[in-house]
Amino acid sequence: MTELVDLFFTFSRIGVLTFGGGYAMLPILQREIVEDKKWAEDSELADYFAIGQCTPGIIAVNTATFIGCKRKGVAGGIVATLGLVFPALIIITVIAAFLRNFADLQPVKDAFAAVRVCVCVLILNAVIKLGKSSVKDTVTLIIFLCVFLLSFFTNYSPILWVVLAAAAGILVKGGRRA
Amino acid sequence: MIYLKLFYEFAKIGLFSVGGGLATLPFLTDLGNSTGWFTPADLANMLAISESTPGAIGVNMATYVGFHVASLPGAAVATLGLVTPSIAVILVIAHMLKRFQQNRYVQNAFYALRPASTGLIAAAGMGVVSISILTLSDYSQTGNLLNLVNWKALVLAVALFFAMKKIKWHPAAFIAISAVIGIVFHFGS
Repeated sequence: MTELVDLFFTFSRIGVLTFGGGYAMLPILQREIVEDKKWAEDSELADYFAIGQCTPGIIAVNTATFIGCKRKGVAGGIVATLGLVFPALIIITVIAAFLRNFADLQPVKDAFAAVRVCVCVLILNAVIKLGKSSVKDTVTLIIFLCVFLLSFFTNYSPILWVVLAAAAGILVKGGRRA
Repeated sequence: MIYLKLFYEFAKIGLFSVGGGLATLPFLTDLGNSTGWFTPADLANMLAISESTPGAIGVNMATYVGFHVASLPGAAVATLGLVTPSIAVILVIAHMLKRFQQNRYVQNAFYALRPASTGLIAAAGMGVVSISILTLSDYSQTGNLLNLVNWKALVLAVALFFAMKKIKWHPAAFIAISAVIGIVFHFGS
């Protein structure tokens, strides 16, 4: 029981300390999980992270579930994940409730109109960065372009393109090494 | 029953989004379009807040959208929906981690899923561009090509792009600077 409580609060702390998720979380996991708690070794953490990337869902959530599961089984996996998302629930709710009251003020509208421009640039940078690691050859370039154009110009759910892409990867590569 | 619907929609997102960070954005764009729960501009605002607050972006976005739709219970339900498939999948494969990771079919699926996820994010990004830098309604009214672009916004975007290349600050710093610029130069009008 005490270890479950410990899991919850350790991952809550990781949730508060992480800005941005994904790779931003790795150094914090290293400090909290490997150095401080000694719940895993560096190489194990790297494995969890790699597996977190090739399972569905948010990488940060997947990694938390893995580590919790390793410590305390199913209950540990659930508790660690709940710990991770708990701070977001509090922080975002407070900010959202606060902003809701001021959303109609002109300065707030002005601020967000410019912030949305900043969001465009952040997304562009993310796409460039992800593109460099995911578009590696002709096949991946074709998949990128097809999904981009089909998703932009049609209204089908992204789920369709995800399922088709996974199928395409298996069909094109067969049982060979990727 | 709005909570069941929220849980179901976010469970789908948790199951089909691949990778971290912005991977859920295209799914949320689709969710907004199909339910009318929030506009593309609402979503871009929520993304800015999610990038500027602690926590994984995907989790923050789910919490924010859930709150926007159905207050605090909505935030909790959406977040639980998002993480449920992760927990289920990982608990199932936890005892055969290595074999799963090294399975050729899994590797080949993800070889294709990563560029697909990038393509989806790029398309969602174009959606945000079309509401924040382009002014399509002005253009369709006047037919003047000069009215196609919000020039103030374009100048800011180009300036931010080069500033981010030069200065490696956290995105939250650039979001805050943009907010100030928006207020000073009346971006909302």
